[in-house]
Amino acid sequence: MKPEELTAMAEKVRKQDAHFSHHIHVCTESGCVSSQSDVLLKNITDEVQQRGLKGKVCVKGVGCMGLCCNGPLLKADDTMYQFVKPEDAGAIVDSLTSTPVVELVCDTKQPFFARQKLIVRENAGHIDPESIADCVAHGAYRALLKVLTSMTPQQVIAEVSESGLRGRGGAGFPTGLKWSTVSKAGGKTKYVICNGDEGDPGAFMDRSVMEGDPHRVLEGMAIGAYAVGAGQGIIYVRAEYPLAVKRLTRAINQARREGLLGHGLFGSNFDFNVEIRLGAGAFVCGEETALIASVEGKRGMPRPRPPYPANSGLHGCPTLINNVETFANIPAIMERGGKWFATIGTEKSKGTKIFALTGKIKNTGLIEVPMGIPLREIIYDIAGGIPDGKAFKAVQTGGPSGGCIPAEHLDITVDYESLTKLGSIMGSGGMIVMDETSNMVDVARFFMEFCMTESCGKCVPCRVGTYEMHELLDRICKRQATMADLNLLKELCDMVKQTSLCGLGQSAPNPVLSTLRYFENEYLKLIQSSPASHAGDGDHHVALEVLS
Amino acid sequence: MNTPVDIATESITLRIDDKDVSCRKGETVLQVARENGIDIPTLCYMEGLTVWGGCRLCMVEIAGSPKLQAACATVCTEGMIISTQSPRLENYRRMIVELLFAERNHVCSVCVSNGHCELQTMAVKLGIDHVRFAYRFPHLEVDNSHDRMRMDHNRCILCTRCVRVCAEIEGAHTKDIKGRGVLAAIIHDLDQNWGESSTCTSCGKCVNICPTGALTHRGTAVGEMTKKTTFLPYLTLMREAQP
Ligand SMILES: Cc1cc2nc3c(=O)[nH]c(=O)nc-3n(C[C@H](O)[C@H](O)[C@H](O)COP(=O)(O)O)c2cc1C
Ligand code: SF4
Ligand code: SF4
Ligand code: SF4
Ligand code: FES
Ligand code: FES
Repeated sequence: MKPEELTAMAEKVRKQDAHFSHHIHVCTESGCVSSQSDVLLKNITDEVQQRGLKGKVCVKGVGCMGLCCNGPLLKADDTMYQFVKPEDAGAIVDSLTSTPVVELVCDTKQPFFARQKLIVRENAGHIDPESIADCVAHGAYRALLKVLTSMTPQQVIAEVSESGLRGRGGAGFPTGLKWSTVSKAGGKTKYVICNGDEGDPGAFMDRSVMEGDPHRVLEGMAIGAYAVGAGQGIIYVRAEYPLAVKRLTRAINQARREGLLGHGLFGSNFDFNVEIRLGAGAFVCGEETALIASVEGKRGMPRPRPPYPANSGLHGCPTLINNVETFANIPAIMERGGKWFATIGTEKSKGTKIFALTGKIKNTGLIEVPMGIPLREIIYDIAGGIPDGKAFKAVQTGGPSGGCIPAEHLDITVDYESLTKLGSIMGSGGMIVMDETSNMVDVARFFMEFCMTESCGKCVPCRVGTYEMHELLDRICKRQATMADLNLLKELCDMVKQTSLCGLGQSAPNPVLSTLRYFENEYLKLIQSSPASHAGDGDHHVALEVLS
Repeated sequence: MNTPVDIATESITLRIDDKDVSCRKGETVLQVARENGIDIPTLCYMEGLTVWGGCRLCMVEIAGSPKLQAACATVCTEGMIISTQSPRLENYRRMIVELLFAERNHVCSVCVSNGHCELQTMAVKLGIDHVRFAYRFPHLEVDNSHDRMRMDHNRCILCTRCVRVCAEIEGAHTKDIKGRGVLAAIIHDLDQNWGESSTCTSCGKCVNICPTGALTHRGTAVGEMTKKTTFLPYLTLMREAQP
């Protein structure tokens, strides 16, 4: 594609859009599709057709609008509707020319929408992810055009470094630094990998970005590839995300057809292709070295680092691996500049972060907020607080690698540093809210069970350590444990954290450590009420007849 | 171009347990320690095979690094200061070996490898006389289908030495791993009985390289299984001899 063609493509769609006097946007992401938004979309299209309004009303399926718990969500001109059933289609179409369907209206002025700051999700809810023309009309590939026609790879990296963007996959590694390492690594063949494995329980941010705006991810990858000197990109997505896979596949095919992927993009000598690899859903395959092994067709198991993928990754070549949301931030940074991005957020955590709100909270769904927002504001304003008049107890961030933040720390700001200080992590953006009815030992046991079954089995501390930690937690929950068990659990946590090979094992004890830090009394209560803790010393050591 | 400058950058000096040592660029901490008579416990490492890094017994402390590192997988850098022994490391190592005993069914007194087992020797060396963790007592099978060799999953510690020697030295790649976590297990071909494997050449390397009583020759009774380890020092050579 030539530069002028991109503008022409956008213009054409905008002209077509100008003919419409009304717009109906129906959410067609997994959350709403699960409550029949696909049927709703069809019904609305039919109703529009029956009324002979086809040329007047534009009906399209769009990405997630955030308030998934009230889905299916739909936007008819400026009115948002919630809990829309397929049979409401007629009434919605009629409302375009009369008064809104009051009982279905969703207030867009409520803090849930008003307090968000959208960068990555700016187009979700506005664009049809299955139409490249619609995406281009809303600005897709404009940043790539700018990069390829006016910037050197060094300038791109400098811009990313200046933005202060940090990896959204969990560890928060500075993205500019990673890009510059890969660009400096020797070797002719380099790869770019987009990590869309997203295995944390309760997390669905990356799925939403891939389903709702797949071209943004492709564009971010292309810019990354240009910056580091790679020609081939791979998106690794779990097969449990069929809609994301479908939308990405379609996006790749469309981009290839339009010449936005392939040879000599925008008349430059930069070639870039992308292919999709499906993961079978193992959590550990989100770890970068395991992911690379999986792409190579091997068993998905981590290997010791260094060497880091930046120097020796896929097929031994330098490989840039970033998270979906990290790549999706790139187009905005290229268009508006690193300086602009760096004005959002805190000193060390820049930009916005998408969180998936779940658990005992009024509004569950997706939010994008500036880094540094107070946790209280997320829980009580945006998410609307705890339902049923219950009290807030804790919020779990970072999934199985993270920890709990109790009520007394609700006033912290949400950024990489302050979450780490409290013994949790930012992680990839899952936020599970718990109310007073939650038992924190049970929460720890849940996450330990997850780590135990997801351990790849390569290293002993994680493979057997998570099993034994789960045993001990189970015994505590069942009121069968003694103080000796609790001490052993603490010792195990320390050892597994210090000696495991990869991040899964190294962080598996975190949910235990953080619940012990803030809720040790719950552990003690269970132990004190256990008959075993009163019978002798409760020592169940087994003598080992090693030597005969 | 072997200028003196080159030689200087090719050799590295470091300090392991208060001993100043030097090595060539690219050597691992474990290799250098062993060359200098410093013992670091290992179970999954085998010279000549690719590094696995799974048993975590070789973890050492490196001054200035908050994280412990596996000596077998850490390449030496100039000026490193390493401790291979400390109360903390010894405690971790003991726990790891205890976990291995708790994971499967190790009954040394009736094991054919009794007295010739690296796991048993390691336990003795680390002074382990009891296990604090709950035994799993899994039900595991003994694969007796091969006419010369036997695989007893009860004794396997998943070090994958057998997998690597079979794939990297013998070139057969008969063995691999299935499953996750504690359910992981060694398999033959597509999870068939060993005796039905169409790729196994019956070379016996896996039996001799196995640290425990998991892989043994058939017809051995308690304590009779000794492994022929004479070929092990030549693994590197065997590998280099391959095209
Ligand atoms: C057990 C484990 C699971 C992980 N899962 C994911 C994941 O699902 N998605 C992801 O982007 N990163 C995941 N990571 C982090 C990746 O290893 C890697 O750091 C990340 O993809 C780098 O991208 P970023 O710099 O953009 O964050 C995981 C790490 C570990 C240890
Ligand atoms: S820490 Fe767990 S997941 Fe990671 S390599 Fe070890 S066993 Fe596998
Ligand atoms: S006997 Fe040889 S070929 Fe057969 S499994 Fe063992 S190492 Fe592989
Ligand atoms: S069979 Fe032996 S060599 Fe193979 S993994 Fe098990 S213990 Fe290690
Ligand atoms: S999935 Fe429809 S609003 Fe989130
Ligand atoms: S010898 Fe280093 S991890 Fe096993």
